[in-house]
Amino acid sequence: MHQPSALAIETSGLVKNFGETRAVAGIDLAVRRGSIYGLLGPNGAGKTTLVRLLATLLRPDAGSARVLGHDIVRAPQEVRQRISLTGQFASIDEDLTGIENLVLLARLLGFGRREARTRTDELITAFDLADAAKRQVKTYSGGMRRRLDIAASIISTPELLFLDEPTTGLDPRSRGQVWEIIRTLVANGLTVLLTTQYLEEADQLADRIAVIDHGRVIAEGTSAELKAQIGRAVLHVRLADPADRAAAERLLAARLGDHPVQGDGDPRALAVQAPDPAEAAAALGAMQAEGIVVTEFSLGQPSLDEVFFALTAHPAAPPESAQAEERQTETVR
Amino acid sequence: MTMAQDESLLQAALATRPRPAAPGAASHTFTFAWRALLKIKHGPEQWFDVIITPVMFTVMFTYIFGGALAGSTDDYLQFLLPGILAQTVMFTSIYTGITLNADISRGVFDRFKSMPIWRPAPLVGAMVGDTIRYTVSSLIVFAIGLALGYRPESGVVGVVLAIVLLDLFAFGIGWIFTTLALVVKSASSVMTLSWLVLMPLTFLSNIYVDPATMPGWLQWIVSVNPVALLVTAVRGIMAGTAGGADIAWALLAPAVVVVIFAPLAMQLYRRER
Ligand SMILES: Nc1ncnc2c1ncn2[C@@H]1O[C@H](COP(=O)(O)OP(=O)(O)OP(=O)(O)O)[C@@H](O)[C@H]1O
Ligand SMILES: [Mg+2]
Repeated sequence: MHQPSALAIETSGLVKNFGETRAVAGIDLAVRRGSIYGLLGPNGAGKTTLVRLLATLLRPDAGSARVLGHDIVRAPQEVRQRISLTGQFASIDEDLTGIENLVLLARLLGFGRREARTRTDELITAFDLADAAKRQVKTYSGGMRRRLDIAASIISTPELLFLDEPTTGLDPRSRGQVWEIIRTLVANGLTVLLTTQYLEEADQLADRIAVIDHGRVIAEGTSAELKAQIGRAVLHVRLADPADRAAAERLLAARLGDHPVQGDGDPRALAVQAPDPAEAAAALGAMQAEGIVVTEFSLGQPSLDEVFFALTAHPAAPPESAQAEERQTETVR
Repeated sequence: MTMAQDESLLQAALATRPRPAAPGAASHTFTFAWRALLKIKHGPEQWFDVIITPVMFTVMFTYIFGGALAGSTDDYLQFLLPGILAQTVMFTSIYTGITLNADISRGVFDRFKSMPIWRPAPLVGAMVGDTIRYTVSSLIVFAIGLALGYRPESGVVGVVLAIVLLDLFAFGIGWIFTTLALVVKSASSVMTLSWLVLMPLTFLSNIYVDPATMPGWLQWIVSVNPVALLVTAVRGIMAGTAGGADIAWALLAPAVVVVIFAPLAMQLYRRER
């Protein structure tokens, strides 16, 4: 029954409702083995629900999914044998010590008493937790918790690791440590499905990215493809006086043929597509000629933030009707 | 020490480690029982309730009512102690539900559910672990009893048998509190509801007084009250007079509870949240 497939995850039309909420509203995914796949989306996009479906914690209301070749509904135990889950909210036991947590899970996985202890010590040292190993986890910092949580997921190596927002709330150094761990794991052949709200994280880590909003995939591809999808180079300008904004928008639209969008929620910042650097320079010159003072400008590839903004037409808004959402997406394209 | 310096350690730890053969249901249950014991170890304040309540009841009832109820405090203690044992174990079993309720809403249960383990193991294991709690609280009550002058006629064998019976009873009845814990939102409501179940069971019983002086309808209630049946069996065992029928009657209620509530609890446990 189980044919080795090149895909670690295949879903088709996956749906999960919570009452009126369509948390996952028809998702098709294909995740290659041995890759890091990023699910990128704002709060409430449905990332955790999708992960919980794939980790067999929830049953889909419609659609189907195969994880490592096994159907999540018909063969959940087969799936569980091959995956590990590091949930969004620490999936370790706060009351136990670091060592106790790892030994407990190792024993559940079938390690003997002594092997469990050896493996635990190895992970504790490697994940830089030796000083805290005998303390209850409730005394750990966020970064320590996350490291222990990931260590707990790889006591024995799964084929697929789910990491739900592994770096949310971590400082840059801790985030760097988690990234390093993830990269090393994948270099050893593991497949990782990672959710994140950080565009930078998806950009840094993921081979492919699905941008999720309101339970749907609104864009999918490599980070380069996603950037290419909304295009070409982007001119960013920052005005000295926000009162000039309307005039600047009109001028840029006329010169560059694309309507500028506001950047980063800042009324002084504008971003506009500018495929031709010469035209961009001319547009800047024209602004100066009209007395619009520009304090900063830059021309470059769009950031994933701008990709996301362009795809969803909102940075991270509360849910709206899906149709309205689609229309906005169309006009941006 | 930074992780970058420990690159090779990390590499070694992350190297592919095949999964061992999955252990069986018994091993999973045992491991979860161990987890329950670790939780008790880390929360020793739970013992406070477990110890203080029976001490209070034993001392208070023996010295305040003992003379009046049984002629002498010594005679009364001889009568009361097996009842206090049953009461203590019942009160202790509430913690099964309270602990589980706090536990299950945490992320760690997501991990357990995503692992290839025997599905009832987290629940059954926790309850098996709690039988250690029952045993320890029984032993404490015994120690207090011995200090006050209680003497079990059937000796050590009787005491061991009594504790086994108490453990079995509490394990069975514990499924009610486990089920409650899976239905109710907060640990404090589990506590309240559990008391509502336990109060009539312990007070409308033969723990403190011989029901012979009660009105007829109350005597009838006591005669079918599972806790009273347990107390009768424990008294019999300690006095060396218990027959198989007494023990069978005492185990009937917990057996019925398991048959009804264990599948219900599993159903609720599997439910998505
Ligand atoms: N158990 C549940 N019961 C009811 N609604 C739920 C439940 N779980 C999720 N939802 C709803 O489903 C939607 C998607 O939630 P989900 O947790 O999957 O989002 P997310 O992308 O993980 O968000 P975040 O970035 O905040 O973690 C939200 O509207 C949420 O309120
Ligand atoms: Mg989430």
